[in-house]
Amino acid sequence: MSARANILARLTAAPRGEPVPLPDLTEWRSAASQGDAAIRVARFWTNIGAAHAEVHDTDPDAWPDLLCRLAAEKGVRRMLIGTGAPSAERLTASAAGRLELVRYERLAHDWKDEMFDGIDAGFSPVKSAIADTGSLVLWPDAGAPRLLSLVPPIHFALLDASRIHADLRSAMIAERWADGMPTNALVVSGPSKTADIQQTLAYGAHGPRELVVLLVKS
Amino acid sequence: MSQPIEFHPSFAERSRAAVNDPNLRKSFRGAMDFLQAKRRAQFPDADELARLRDLGSAIRRHALANLPELLQQLEAKLTANGVIVHWAETPAEANAIVLDIARRREAKRMVKGKSMVSEECGLNHAMEAAGVEALETDMGEYIVQLAGEGPSHIIMPAIHKTKQEIARLFERKLPGVAYTENVDELIRIGRQVLRKKFAAADIGLSGVNFAVAETGTLFLVENEGNGRMCTTVPRVHVAITGIEKVVAKLEHVAVLNSLLPRSATGQPVETYQNFITGPRKPDELDGPDEVHLILLDNGRTQAYADLQLRATLQCIRCGACMNHCPVYARIGGHAYGTVYPGPIGAIVSPHLLGLESTYPLAFASTLCGACAEVCPVRIPIVDILIRLRTEAQARPEAAHLRGSGSARTGKVSAIWRAWSLVYSRLRLYRIATWFLSRGRALSPTEQGAWTRCRTPLVPASKRLRDLMRERRR
Repeated sequence: MSARANILARLTAAPRGEPVPLPDLTEWRSAASQGDAAIRVARFWTNIGAAHAEVHDTDPDAWPDLLCRLAAEKGVRRMLIGTGAPSAERLTASAAGRLELVRYERLAHDWKDEMFDGIDAGFSPVKSAIADTGSLVLWPDAGAPRLLSLVPPIHFALLDASRIHADLRSAMIAERWADGMPTNALVVSGPSKTADIQQTLAYGAHGPRELVVLLVKS
Repeated sequence: MSQPIEFHPSFAERSRAAVNDPNLRKSFRGAMDFLQAKRRAQFPDADELARLRDLGSAIRRHALANLPELLQQLEAKLTANGVIVHWAETPAEANAIVLDIARRREAKRMVKGKSMVSEECGLNHAMEAAGVEALETDMGEYIVQLAGEGPSHIIMPAIHKTKQEIARLFERKLPGVAYTENVDELIRIGRQVLRKKFAAADIGLSGVNFAVAETGTLFLVENEGNGRMCTTVPRVHVAITGIEKVVAKLEHVAVLNSLLPRSATGQPVETYQNFITGPRKPDELDGPDEVHLILLDNGRTQAYADLQLRATLQCIRCGACMNHCPVYARIGGHAYGTVYPGPIGAIVSPHLLGLESTYPLAFASTLCGACAEVCPVRIPIVDILIRLRTEAQARPEAAHLRGSGSARTGKVSAIWRAWSLVYSRLRLYRIATWFLSRGRALSPTEQGAWTRCRTPLVPASKRLRDLMRERRR
């Protein structure tokens, strides 16, 4: 008999016990998740700020310039963008003379060393966000690969302020996650950190040491 | 009278050494106070916490009540998503599966995210023995691996180490690294060493926090980003987990992960919540080409078979029970001698390793109940500890577990036999108690473990029946 068959046989042979109904989560809202869109924006800002992320207010026209200005101020020389980056033309225009935009268009395995050592920042769009925990929802695909938000030391993220949900479950339900998950959905709540040495908090453990959110309000 | 419980000498010795180590006591006391305060601050609303724990418990109990069906649903969904599912009854089988994958891919270097199940399997040793480097990449795990130790806490593996010790360790073990007690600098050193390893690794190994049957999703949480590195950068990702980690619905993860980080480290949320639902698609530019999931039994089906002990499997591995345990806070994680220490270790380990080597852990508790009070999924840890004590003393015909009855000694059995003989015969009982009450001056002053920290037991000078008779007069 295979391990699978043995394990399942033992589980099936065990007493069933009292049936447990599927828990009903419709009534469950975390205490803090009430309020309108403006409150959600404020809560998101406070919470992700508390997790050491930077948030900048911007609008649909101004963000490419703001992004490039902030990057240049942080000493970024080469910034990685996906082939699906929004407003690519305006972004290229804003970057001219300030920093080099590197397009992520090859398989990671073919240029890993360069990506790990030669890139200063990554820029990625964000699907939505979560107010309750101050989190960004990333939905990577071919145009916005996974490593954009992980390997470069600074991660710039573009968020539409109208897409902030109250909590993780609300986002899952509103966006029907269970109907089709990407290969690697991510919920990111700040820059990489660790407290593994004497409970002392340090940023930039293995992922980005800085997370910068551009919050676009129309 | 002999001591009723003969403590496993090595556990007793280890605890004694730990209790007499002032540095270790200070490290753990400080860390436990810190973690308790942080958890408390995360749950200001007692009603919300109570409701959330009810829900968390219901979600886990629902998953366990439907475990065989959910595991098969998980397997079918994962397979449809392109993930290869393996089943292992023992750690040796799990290690063989990982080794087989490594051989097939001609892998030489493996990077590991935090996985207690891989610790349970001794996977690193098995890989090293076969010539595959197995490198821990969580900062705490990296530190304890560099020191040649194991983790002393399931969430904070290097909790027993001071920054001075880590500074000396890095200086000694890492070429070209100078002594520094600056924590930012120490982390920067670790980051630099490990970044090269991520880029060069052939296989990434990780644990799983929850596996979602509905969507075939592996959910992993972490703060550092090493978990994402391990599951994204190498061409092969192998996830390993216990068969109990499955939940029915994706939304169940939202509730459980509202409890997990707040209970564990007192943080509102982890930096990275990672939902892995398949290998790289043909048009995608990163992510592993192959994703494997290994489902490990290793004694979990024994706990499952018993309706009371089944609750052990509700655990979401937050570590709150150990953070609040007065015994753990004093002896630390290594004294337990098991992969999982603290109260959860005391109730899980007997299924993994057998009661014969682990029953002393069930007795190393004051039964104060702090663990059960903070458990986010309401595992009745105290009831289970008492049950394991009973099992450890069980007669062969009443044995339910591997190693049941191993705490029984000939002397104790003889005492109980004599006791039951006297108690079931009235005349004998009267005679025996008459002699005991009149001969109380002969009671021994040395009564084994009892008198080590208590006054000796002495029979009363008058039996209850004598007192009753006097009263009636």
